[in-house]
Amino acid sequence: MEWEVVIGLETHAQLSTESKIFSGASTAFGAAPNTQASVVDLALPGVLPVLNRGAVERAIRFGLAVGATIAPRSIFARKNYFYPDLPKGYQISQYEIPVVQGGGLRILVGETEKFVHLTRAHLEEDAGKSLHEDYQGMSGIDLNRAGTPLLEIVTEPDMRSAAEAVAYAKALHALVRWIGICDGNMQEGSFRCDANVSVRPMGESTLGTRCEIKNLNSFRFLEQAIEHEVERQIELIEGGGRVVQETRLYDPDRNETRAMRSKEDAQDYRYFPDPDLLPLEIDAAWIDRVRDGMPELPEAKRARFAADLGLTDYDAGVLTGSRELADFFESMVARLPGQAKLCANWLMGDVAARLNREQRDLTDSPISADALSGLLARIADGTLSGKMAKEVFDAMWSGEGSADAIIESRGLKQISDSGELERIIDDVLAANPKSVEEFRAGKEKAFNALVGQAMKATKGKANPAQVNEILRSRLGG
Amino acid sequence: MSLHHETLATLSRKLAAREISAVELAHLYLERIDGNRDLNAFLDVRPDVTLAQARAADARRKAGDAGPLTGLPIAHKDIFVTRDFASTASSRMLEGYMSPFDATVVSNLATAGMVTLGKLNCDEFAMGSSNENSAYGNVLNPWDKSAVPGGSSGGSSAAVAARIAPVATATDTGGSIREPAAFTGVTGTKPTYGRPSRWGMIAFASSLDTAGLMTLSAEDAALVLSAMVGFDPKDSTSVDRPPENFARALTEPLRGRRIGVPKEFFGGGLQPDVEAAVREALGTYQRLGAKLIDISLPNAALGIPVYYVVAPAECSSNLSRFDGVRYGHRARDYGDLTDMIKKSRAEGLGAEPKRRILVGAYVLSHGYYDAYYLKAQQVRRLIADEFRAAFEQCDLIAGPVTTSVAFGFGEKAADPVAMYMSDLYTIPGSLAGIPSMSIPCGFGAHGRPVGLQLMANYFDEARMLGAAHQYQLATDWHARVPAGF
Repeated sequence: MEWEVVIGLETHAQLSTESKIFSGASTAFGAAPNTQASVVDLALPGVLPVLNRGAVERAIRFGLAVGATIAPRSIFARKNYFYPDLPKGYQISQYEIPVVQGGGLRILVGETEKFVHLTRAHLEEDAGKSLHEDYQGMSGIDLNRAGTPLLEIVTEPDMRSAAEAVAYAKALHALVRWIGICDGNMQEGSFRCDANVSVRPMGESTLGTRCEIKNLNSFRFLEQAIEHEVERQIELIEGGGRVVQETRLYDPDRNETRAMRSKEDAQDYRYFPDPDLLPLEIDAAWIDRVRDGMPELPEAKRARFAADLGLTDYDAGVLTGSRELADFFESMVARLPGQAKLCANWLMGDVAARLNREQRDLTDSPISADALSGLLARIADGTLSGKMAKEVFDAMWSGEGSADAIIESRGLKQISDSGELERIIDDVLAANPKSVEEFRAGKEKAFNALVGQAMKATKGKANPAQVNEILRSRLGG
Repeated sequence: MSLHHETLATLSRKLAAREISAVELAHLYLERIDGNRDLNAFLDVRPDVTLAQARAADARRKAGDAGPLTGLPIAHKDIFVTRDFASTASSRMLEGYMSPFDATVVSNLATAGMVTLGKLNCDEFAMGSSNENSAYGNVLNPWDKSAVPGGSSGGSSAAVAARIAPVATATDTGGSIREPAAFTGVTGTKPTYGRPSRWGMIAFASSLDTAGLMTLSAEDAALVLSAMVGFDPKDSTSVDRPPENFARALTEPLRGRRIGVPKEFFGGGLQPDVEAAVREALGTYQRLGAKLIDISLPNAALGIPVYYVVAPAECSSNLSRFDGVRYGHRARDYGDLTDMIKKSRAEGLGAEPKRRILVGAYVLSHGYYDAYYLKAQQVRRLIADEFRAAFEQCDLIAGPVTTSVAFGFGEKAADPVAMYMSDLYTIPGSLAGIPSMSIPCGFGAHGRPVGLQLMANYFDEARMLGAAHQYQLATDWHARVPAGF
């Protein structure tokens, strides 16, 4: 039987506020345990939460970026359960009425475009961490993370393959970083995905029973976990079994998922509106202020790159894959008007390849956008041949200075002086009568040999187009 | 007249006139506390802390930096956390707990220069109507030591009635200021919900918990309340309004005031002795020029069931933080982490908090939420709307505080529902969040005090206190002192 895979994702994006969502404690990562837990985070008797408007502002930014409705009035609820790293015995989260409703993301899977609908995105606080190792049979509790603001972004079950899920996760990851609401650091847990996976016979319209897979902190794990889970479910059903709704944990070391808890022992969280917090009210003026401060979004930028700069859809898509790349590209184009294609080729070609080889981010590229523009300017004005440019690029990468300084110190100027080139070519023709004869006898190969000789005589500095032109006229072609 | 029988207003004048010092006052009350330990009103007394504060107050006065409250002693209900005294909420769970910060109510009064005498007994986590739920024992009613002092602010009411503290903070969730005030013949004032900050008040039911005062007079209440309440950015439900002088309407005459008398507050459960005293007080108001208007609050009677859904629901969640992980009681022997939490709570929490946690968890559970919690909130809104409508017809509402005078120890302890009915007349005002108070208006069976309840529209405390003050100018019930005190 042919099976259709159905996937929905829930992503927790840690919002990039300085302080926590309901207290003034810092959210910086990596501090000594419990040094960033205020009396509110510790849930001491008598403390109360006060909402951080910066977290709300980031939620609004997200809502605007995905074309969602920003709820004029949303409610914080208490999700009640006991766990040692949950200080209050409840998590403050939005339940019935979330701040961001609907919207969606356009994703590119290979060459195919797809729109993934969002159900909602809501604000909530993170819990602390329980450390069960290294404490001689005891557990350590670190509450530095408790109260860190999260935006939980929930999709409709719109994805049909692990590849689509990964494409969505990557697009979302790029977007939250693009609009500056989350640093996207997956190792530190700033961006975590849970996947709801089910399968159904192709053509069936009702959804199969789903399993939720937790702990997917890299795109690779997300892909592997979904593929593994799909296989497990299909095998189970084809073997006459039945999928049980449950939460499963992905183990990247063994590349398998294992059951954490089934729906039967799912907890009753006894949600109710938090009486310590007023409803969150967001008026149109607040939304307008946030909108005014928004950067141009990737979609708009991509369209503009294609329409105004003449880039192909593919190039425009790649260059708007991250805010850094797009900014880099745009500052180059600003210095090299009319050379968008040249900038795109270099950025997507040599720069990308080099960064990739060295596993570096564009943000720590040794060549700045300005410096790279300086190099490309010398290509555009004919000073450098493509080959020479690559040499200069390598030198710039190793920190030898600006393109012009390297051209100067290495004497890499291309010879474009016609008089000088004519003299050199005349010498080449005189020294190679055999090749001249062969060319005149119709051997096109001989022409290339003469070009080669001319280039050799100039140590590669001759402008190849000019050499061609002069040779042709000399040989009466 | 003994100094300790004086009102706070009088003591304030004596301090200002340098007739007495803050240190002398502190010594006086510390001695009275020590001499009346059988009342069990205080849970923590630290004379060195109190005297240091008193010396600082005297220094302020010397420096010309004193306000009307500087140097006046006060005691705090053990629901407010304090840096210098243990904060237990009368629970084993928090035995010996020291807070790293003061409640805003406490720090506001300290800023005004008030001197803390110590912490007052109450029902555990403010849950109760007789103070019999304290993990640290019963508080006796100074008028009759076989009677309860009311609850949950029983330590506060007994301390002020016995004149071992000239004023005490208290908290009211469903009647926890007004009922004990009525039972002990003192003036108990609950301002509008949102006026006093809840920061540092150990939460019972967040949407109802309101800080207030036990005093010897309405004038005293106005004096202290003006310094105690105000906007607090640390409490999201705190109301952002400019500071007020609640004493501004004390001298306003009652002529023409319309006082609504809800017929539902004079139903079958009301004992004749209480009714007689309350009717007499209403007559006094009439003689003073007020106009009595019959009003109806048809849904007020639903207050009890609504309250016993909403308050337990909130408390079941508020008390979850007491898990033995970070502070408070932790069981000595346990298996895994879950077991540790279970045993710590089982040992640390008393019977009444457990009962309410169970009820609360039940009404919030999946499938019951709509039928109980949501429905209760809808009825709560109806009750609030009824008050709003009533205040279109009248300026104040008056009636009994309780159905009976203070009952004896153990009389209702075995029957939680009978105990819950003690708050029949106080709960509607709590659910609406309006200001209300209890003032002494006579005595009933066994010579035990009776309280008259006054309720006012939102933020209309000044007018309510003014009406109480006018009554206290015409009567002396509030000035009666229990024998031996």
